[in-house]
Amino acid sequence: MQSVQGGRNALVTLNHVDKIFANGTVALKDMDLAIGQHEFISLLGPSGCGKSTALRLIAGLGGVSTGSIDWPTALHDETGQAMPELGFVFQEPTLMPWATVFDNVYLPFKLKYKSKHAVRDQVMDAIANVGLSGFEHVYPRELSGGMKMRVSIARALVTKPKLLLMDEPFAALDEITRIKLNKDLLRLWQAEKWTVIFVTHSVYESVYLSNRIVVMAARPGRVVQDIAIDAPYPRGDDFRVSSLYNEHCRRVSAALEEAMRLGGTRPDEH
Amino acid sequence: MSSQSEQTPSPVEAEAEARIDTGRVVVRSAEHHVLLLKYLLPIAALLATIAFWEYWVVSNEIPHYIMPAPSLVFKELVANFGSLAISLRITLTTTMLALATAIIGGVGLAILLASNRLIEFTFYPYAVILQVTPIIAIAPILLIYYESSTVVLICAWIVAFFPILSNTTLGLNSTDHNLRDLFQLYRANRLQTLFFLRLPFALPYFLGGVRIAGGLALIGAVVAEFTAAVGGRETGLAWRLIESYNRLLIPRAFAVLFLITFTGIAIFLVLSLFQHLLLRKWHESAIKRER
Repeated sequence: MQSVQGGRNALVTLNHVDKIFANGTVALKDMDLAIGQHEFISLLGPSGCGKSTALRLIAGLGGVSTGSIDWPTALHDETGQAMPELGFVFQEPTLMPWATVFDNVYLPFKLKYKSKHAVRDQVMDAIANVGLSGFEHVYPRELSGGMKMRVSIARALVTKPKLLLMDEPFAALDEITRIKLNKDLLRLWQAEKWTVIFVTHSVYESVYLSNRIVVMAARPGRVVQDIAIDAPYPRGDDFRVSSLYNEHCRRVSAALEEAMRLGGTRPDEH
Repeated sequence: MSSQSEQTPSPVEAEAEARIDTGRVVVRSAEHHVLLLKYLLPIAALLATIAFWEYWVVSNEIPHYIMPAPSLVFKELVANFGSLAISLRITLTTTMLALATAIIGGVGLAILLASNRLIEFTFYPYAVILQVTPIIAIAPILLIYYESSTVVLICAWIVAFFPILSNTTLGLNSTDHNLRDLFQLYRANRLQTLFFLRLPFALPYFLGGVRIAGGLALIGAVVAEFTAAVGGRETGLAWRLIESYNRLLIPRAFAVLFLITFTGIAIFLVLSLFQHLLLRKWHESAIKRER
């Protein structure tokens, strides 16, 4: 395993991280990962490989069992705990059904006691960025699955975070909507240059989006390969049909198959 | 493509649109029919029952102290409306007071139970005990300690309190896990999580509880009035019922019974409307599905 980027100017590093759940399941074993600034990293692997667990640990939702997660460049609060500015997009849109699109996107500011009036422009910009201008006063139930996901992305981005964490955000969407959202996500990422950690089980999606794919295996969850996708951005529709894209997909598929073989044949280690 | 052809739809498109439109009209009128039937059928059934009742009593010459005809019950109701209205006001005041305090107590305790597991473990069994003990059995004991009007209020409160408590507790504890994670991610404090997430999430559950509690508060008040047998100058509906039975004024007893039932229906409808108004914009229960 080799690290493509990272080191001293990394945004976040995972150092020998183990995560063992109360029932004894080893979700992650000795995970090392350095994520550089402005990277678009995909965590790819079969279910049970701990990719979502790793994402949640980075988000601070639950603690590591051993090892550490460090934020070399982030601000620290008075207790010395790192205060990363991050946005999180779940697999489901996770919107508040009683709140309009505007109020859902406004939530991160509301929790920081900022008045609607003061951040109105930022909220409207975030909604416009995901292509939902005109839907500000609509309730989530009136939106399609893809539009709900857009609201969820707008909410994650409204505070202009340095790091965007996405947990299989488009897995429940149809192929056409997913391709559209992939494209829009890349466009936003290139304009704003935040860092993305993107959990997926789709080889094609990860190759199209990322500059780096971390392939993981299950039982116990661990990193098995770190693959650079050195295709230039912006990546348009022609990239999806290029031989370079196909070549990368082949490599990543082979790595994923290897990971599945590793996860399937090894005995449980707990 | 020229702008003209974009603006005017081709004949085929226009025809298709027209077909869709007529389809919509058909669907709407069908819905209209269903709505009409929903209200017409129960009213027709009620009128038929009353008509049959009237016919049966008159044709069999059943004495009014055994089974009064509906027309006689109605006459009795109109004749005594002044004094019955006073009794109704007393019972209704007790009911509303019991419901209001049950809402305050139920929601307050639900928040307390949902905020701390130890508090929940300690107090929830007592709420259940309060609920399963028949109020008819409690009322005479309470009469030893409190005056009768207070006892009536306490009894009505006890029956109205539990559905609000249990429903609100359930709602507070069923908040979407991802949303809770999101609030944690944005470092929301407990009060923010309570007011911006858990309480709105519990609102439909709470309103369901209130709708049950409204009817129960009335029943509780009437039953307690019965047990407490509050006599005197100004009395609730239950005492009027006892009085009518004792003096064999059966038509009047029926009139009182009708008044109690009507009040229960009115409470249910008002609370249903309240629920609809609060939830119509977002909750599944208030949304008509198009098929």
